Amino acid sequence: MSAAGLALRLDGAGLGYGGGAVLSGVDLEVTPGEILVVVGASGSGKSTLLRALAGLLRPHAGRVLADGAEVTGPSPDRAMIFQEDGLLPWRSVRRNVELPLGIRKVARAERRRAAEEWIGRVGLAGYEDRLPRELSGGMRQRVQLARALAGAPRAVLMDEPFGALDAQTRAEMQRLLLDVLRDTAATVVFVTHDVDEALLLGHRIVVLGRDGVRTLAGATREQIVKEL
Amino acid sequence: MSGLAQKSRVTLAPPPPAATGAGRPGRRHRGRVVRLLSLLAAAGLWQLLTVTDARIWLRFDRLPSLDEIGAELARQLGTQVYYLDLAQSLIRILTGFGLAAVAGVATGVLIGRSRTARDVLTPLLEAVRPIPAIALVPIAILLFPSDEQGIVFITFAAAFFPIMVSTRHAVRALPTLWEEAVLTLGGTRLHVLVNVVLPGALPGVFGGLSIGMGVSWICVISAEMISGDLGVGYRTWQAYTLVDYPATVVGMVTIGVLGWLTSALIELAGRRATRWLPRAEGSGA
Repeated sequence: MSAAGLALRLDGAGLGYGGGAVLSGVDLEVTPGEILVVVGASGSGKSTLLRALAGLLRPHAGRVLADGAEVTGPSPDRAMIFQEDGLLPWRSVRRNVELPLGIRKVARAERRRAAEEWIGRVGLAGYEDRLPRELSGGMRQRVQLARALAGAPRAVLMDEPFGALDAQTRAEMQRLLLDVLRDTAATVVFVTHDVDEALLLGHRIVVLGRDGVRTLAGATREQIVKEL
Repeated sequence: MSGLAQKSRVTLAPPPPAATGAGRPGRRHRGRVVRLLSLLAAAGLWQLLTVTDARIWLRFDRLPSLDEIGAELARQLGTQVYYLDLAQSLIRILTGFGLAAVAGVATGVLIGRSRTARDVLTPLLEAVRPIPAIALVPIAILLFPSDEQGIVFITFAAAFFPIMVSTRHAVRALPTLWEEAVLTLGGTRLHVLVNVVLPGALPGVFGGLSIGMGVSWICVISAEMISGDLGVGYRTWQAYTLVDYPATVVGMVTIGVLGWLTSALIELAGRRATRWLPRAEGSGA
């Protein structure tokens, strides 16, 4: 991966749906190439924060910035991985992974080659022609990961991607994620409610709690739990 | 597959054989036999009632028996006019239905996706929708220079509404997640339309096509009975006015078989196009 990571920033952002504010006055800085984990209890607005970074939700106050430029909508630079069911169910594994390449008008042969490589890297070689419904939850998340990274994004936004998996599969997926991310320069914002997951994956952890966003440098498990 | 081992750092068990949509062969065979027996029983009952000239409040004495119908069918199968009628009706229904499928899906998607289109079109469509297509015959006669176009128009009008309404509902019911996934992969509105809206709405669209095909047949036959000088509906009505009851029933059987075949084709196409849907093994028609 050659593309450099994206710098992301929330500047006094107020976020919500249809007039109701979920978060207000959020300041957050994500430096290029880091893995930032946002920990928060359910209902704390973690997904809302991520959707704003993806450009799926416009802030009603403040600004969302990517490399200093205001975010006005979704972009292939900022790929999102959803908790579940983000795959197009009518497309095979291969065709799901080829999707971002097709959107970028990559030639067919090259598309196929790149998709195959990514499918192999997430350990799904041999499953190219399966439909999502024929895969387990963990395998579907592997496909989502391959699909997001195949588009060579400069930032990957992950919305509790392993939240619906059993403990063992989750541990496998966390290892796979760290393994795959080692080769990319992409910035990662990873949202979870699981403190152990945050400690395992994050270069840096911020807590989305009752008093807004708090950065905890070198915090222990106990300190984070106390903040939630 | 030779590069598999070195490429993947995390290995999973080799994929199990893909599940097939078919049920157990024994079950399917039994189902076919039951279906055939059901048809034969109905035919047998008809034969019994007509041969014995039963008058049990309902009067079967003037209805043709199976052998009369069979003889008439055999005779007609040897004539050219039977196939001309068949082809004429099929051309009419396929034209009308084809146009309705395109227009119905397009309108349904437009209304489902655009607020402006919804505001502009909904009142018009909702006001016209309750009018039975066959009641549009006077308009069709006034509007179109030839009967032919009028009949196609009636067929179109009949199929358009169920297709449009089903498409609209299917589009509105799509989860936003798929759309967001395509958007965050860099997709435009056109990408969303082609990659999410159309394939995602397909199960609902096929429901509409199936209903649309049924009402198309009702309307093409009715329209042919009212106007036109060719077609299965025209021939059936003509046979009735000439007191040729076996030929009348042959016309009806022809309509039934054609309707069944076309519906089955749509059903088949629908099942092929929506293979990705979770469905119980071996269920459905």
